[in-house]
Amino acid sequence: MFTSNPFAELSASVPPTVMQTYVVVMALLVAGGTLFDIMHKKSARFFFSNWRKSKTKATRQVSDGRMVSIAVQTAVVDVMASGEFCNMRRRIAHLLTMYGFVIYVVTTAIMVFAYPTPATPAPASLPTLWYIGALMVCLGGYWFWFFIRVDVAAEGNSPFRFVRADLFIVALVLSATFGLMWAYAQTRGNPTWATVFLALYVISTTVLFGSIPWSKFSHMFFKPAAALQKRVAEANGTRANLPPPAEAPKIYGRVLGQPRHY
Amino acid sequence: MPTFVYMTSCDGCGHCVDICPSDIMHIDSIYRRAYNIEPNMCWECYSCVKACPQNAIDCRGYADFAPLGHSVRVLREPEKATISWKIKFRDGREKDFVSPIRTTAWGSIKSPADYASPTPAAMNSQELAHEPEALKIDALPALSRDRLKQGLI
Repeated sequence: MFTSNPFAELSASVPPTVMQTYVVVMALLVAGGTLFDIMHKKSARFFFSNWRKSKTKATRQVSDGRMVSIAVQTAVVDVMASGEFCNMRRRIAHLLTMYGFVIYVVTTAIMVFAYPTPATPAPASLPTLWYIGALMVCLGGYWFWFFIRVDVAAEGNSPFRFVRADLFIVALVLSATFGLMWAYAQTRGNPTWATVFLALYVISTTVLFGSIPWSKFSHMFFKPAAALQKRVAEANGTRANLPPPAEAPKIYGRVLGQPRHY
Repeated sequence: MPTFVYMTSCDGCGHCVDICPSDIMHIDSIYRRAYNIEPNMCWECYSCVKACPQNAIDCRGYADFAPLGHSVRVLREPEKATISWKIKFRDGREKDFVSPIRTTAWGSIKSPADYASPTPAAMNSQELAHEPEALKIDALPALSRDRLKQGLI
């Protein structure tokens, strides 16, 4: 099961051109939805206004070399390692979901465009990666949904309460879950369940990519920009109006080590 | 001055929700970011401001009597045991303050669960739990019947 290309098997009933068109439509929905979101929420205007404000109030000039270094740090620490999260469980869940989603989407696109039929067999590693990616999404997503999500962990709400903020994560985990169930039913030769799960897979995937203006999907574009701005504010001395770091105040003593009253 | 959240800085970790004694810091149902649901019920204890690991919470006065344009920002540095405040006035003046987070060593204060359960007799006593030992005194001063004014009891 883990080495068979589910999209090549599907090509017996759905022409590859239909699958390829669907993937292109989803990509267009992501681009269009994100642009709409940027215009509707005026997030780009907010970002550049803050950027200009930060530049005007800068107490130190940030050289081009330093700016490149900040951009690399943002990409490596904040984006690739989800460095923003202070909660380690949440960070691990986010990394699992993020990398799972990337692997899942990229392998889907490669299999649909490069190996769409049994006549063009995909390397065994490709479907395996697709399954691993979907499983990573499920693992990170369900862990987050049932145990880490702040609505449940801090607010004490039921894990089954659904609000608009959940649209992205629910559509994502359902897409991966139904994708796995469809692939399993198809491999086991059960056409009825394969059709049911395929329909659910298509619906959840369409909701995932089509609901961007209302969901948190575009946080993957906004968050890196916010992280970059935070690092630049640190480098140019504005520090978002935060106080400077305390200079080892002697009068307070080493409260970490010995109790001291004053 | 009640608190508010910069939603672009908040990562929705829930620290402020957990710590708010007034239970008014909640998670927004659209963006999953924290927000103060009822600023006029804020105790202004600034627990959330100090607890926020992203420095995403700030304070501001009510717009009807406190002109906007000021800012109150907090930086907590547990590794130095300090908490710093930067007060920015509307006219551009800035004041920086540094305070200790605490004056006893981390972990030196026992949690209530670390103490033995009170006895039934202690439950009927007028003393609070673990008094007077926890106060490091032999006994709490108290009036006895014979020292009260005659006729009161």
